[in-house]
Amino acid sequence: MIQIENLHKSYKMGSNSLHVLKGINFSVKEGELVAIMGSSGSGKSTLLNILGMLDELDEGSYDLDGVPIKNLNETKAANYRNKFLGFVFQSFNLINYKNAMENVALPLYYQRVGRKERQEKALKYLDQVGLKEWADHLPSELSGGQKQRVAIARAMAAEPKVLLADEPTGALDSTTSYEVMDLIQKINDQGNTILIVTHEEDIAHMCKRIVHLKDGVILEDKKVDQVRADQYVQ
Amino acid sequence: MRQLFDRDTWIEIFQSIRKNKLRTFLTMIGVFIGIYIYIGLSGASKGLDNGFEKAFESIARNSMFVFSSSTSKPYAGYKTGRRIQLKLEDADVLRQQVPEIMAIAPRNVRGNFGTAPGIIKRGARSGSYSVFGDFPEFTKIATKKIYDGGRFINDSDILQERKVCVIGERTQKELFDEDEDPIGGYIAIEDVNFQVVGVHKFAGGGPFDNDSDIFIPFSTYKKIYNTGDNVSWFTIAAYDDADVIQAEKDIKATLRRIHKVDPTDEKAIGAFNLGEVFKKIFDFSNGLTFLSLIVGIATILAGVIGIGNILLISVKERTKELGVRRALGATPSEVRNQIIIEALVLILLAGIIGIICGAITLAGLGAAFGGGDFPYENPTVPIPYVIMSLVLMIVLGILIGLIPAQRAVSIKPIDALREE
Repeated sequence: MIQIENLHKSYKMGSNSLHVLKGINFSVKEGELVAIMGSSGSGKSTLLNILGMLDELDEGSYDLDGVPIKNLNETKAANYRNKFLGFVFQSFNLINYKNAMENVALPLYYQRVGRKERQEKALKYLDQVGLKEWADHLPSELSGGQKQRVAIARAMAAEPKVLLADEPTGALDSTTSYEVMDLIQKINDQGNTILIVTHEEDIAHMCKRIVHLKDGVILEDKKVDQVRADQYVQ
Repeated sequence: MRQLFDRDTWIEIFQSIRKNKLRTFLTMIGVFIGIYIYIGLSGASKGLDNGFEKAFESIARNSMFVFSSSTSKPYAGYKTGRRIQLKLEDADVLRQQVPEIMAIAPRNVRGNFGTAPGIIKRGARSGSYSVFGDFPEFTKIATKKIYDGGRFINDSDILQERKVCVIGERTQKELFDEDEDPIGGYIAIEDVNFQVVGVHKFAGGGPFDNDSDIFIPFSTYKKIYNTGDNVSWFTIAAYDDADVIQAEKDIKATLRRIHKVDPTDEKAIGAFNLGEVFKKIFDFSNGLTFLSLIVGIATILAGVIGIGNILLISVKERTKELGVRRALGATPSEVRNQIIIEALVLILLAGIIGIICGAITLAGLGAAFGGGDFPYENPTVPIPYVIMSLVLMIVLGILIGLIPAQRAVSIKPIDALREE
């Protein structure tokens, strides 16, 4: 599903440049649930941004579902993001004046899905994350865990090939974190490919594979025995 | 374009307008005031314009009154203080020598300029009224609206010195019963019976006209009052394209020559030039219209810039939201169009409310001042001006919307989403 070869990325900081990613080789197959770990500055967020087409790579190649991702202009990148990727952010990034259902429907709007179908789909995905009754609530009326579940529903609504989650539990307490991870695992069980950036060991071990980044290179890439989150959820 | 006609675009826009009512209100107030002032001022100046036009509708724009007085300088053996008397034959000379003249009406009057009014009787009723001796040509200069069934004095009245008259509305009211048809009826002027041939509607205009006057043929007048060929004054209209000021000079010079008056004697022959007065009035109201255009456009401009400014701030506030939209697949052009349409909607909404409020204000002013003595009538703003101001707002709105829109597009989603 994802194929990365010899990926380099550096940022110019004034006169000196900061070499963040120094030759990453990495691939993800369909249906995987991968945790990308590393301390801050290891390059894990940069990697996720490049995967999410929010940032461009300097060197190397990136194929997503067989499509080479390079030389994207903003419009093309926007269309690819819309078609291929779903995003989950640490701070949820829901639009505060739209209710839960409208937030979930937003990527469908940019996919030019008709209004009725959009609402039906949005409700379906809200139902999947267990928030159907909260459809007409504004984000400010939801708890942190609920917001993240709405965000996950939003990411799933576009039926992306890959779900990218940047510290999805970073702003949540551990009980809520496990609830969110439980949800992510269930989505993965349905065959969806998911990448999670995290620095929490217990969250990482709820994935099927852990990639350790350090100073811009992959230190370790191992399969793990998945810890199911539902045992922590009442 | 697809975006413009998509119901969802509008839902998005109204949601974002509604979410920040204060911003929307502040944004709109500048343009609202601008268009309100523009509509108000240009409507008011149009009202003045219409008012003047109505006040003088019955008299030719470039007309004048020429009268005589006493000389102030000795000339050709005559001493100072000689009384000049205008004569009927002066009109023929003027017609020949001053080509600017379109029509010239010699007039005589009883009841103005210190003369005693005519005594009019009808049966038991009687009254004093101004009596004018007139030629039909007078109607070419000052139109007299004659009520149905009547007519003004005509050429054969003059030739045959007929004893016919045209009376004013008030004259009719005072001398005739309400249900009585005055046409064909008789009134006695200085104990001579005259047949009424017309009733004229009063329209203010001529400085000596009122609604209780009586017009009789010039030739009959001179017999009754024994005035010979004397003329009280000439009412003269110049051609529409003529220079009325030059015409006045030429007429005065000719009359001075006929009556042997010093060419530099300004007092002997006097004139009241309506054309010149009209020109001043219309210059004034044109100036007012122009001023309101400038003020209006400047205020609209200030309002539009204000909208651009506030949208710029709001784009900055919404950086994160716009970043999320981009991450979810909004293309730069969709984001740009959304901001521009927002700017346009705000401006047009404010503009249309301004136009409506301006129109209500004008209607109020029209009701308060219209029809009275104050020259203020039917204050309207011509539709093309309104459309022009709307087009101006749309063009300015798109231009000013481009600035925040470009700012919104230039924000990279990755920067927008970076955690603070």
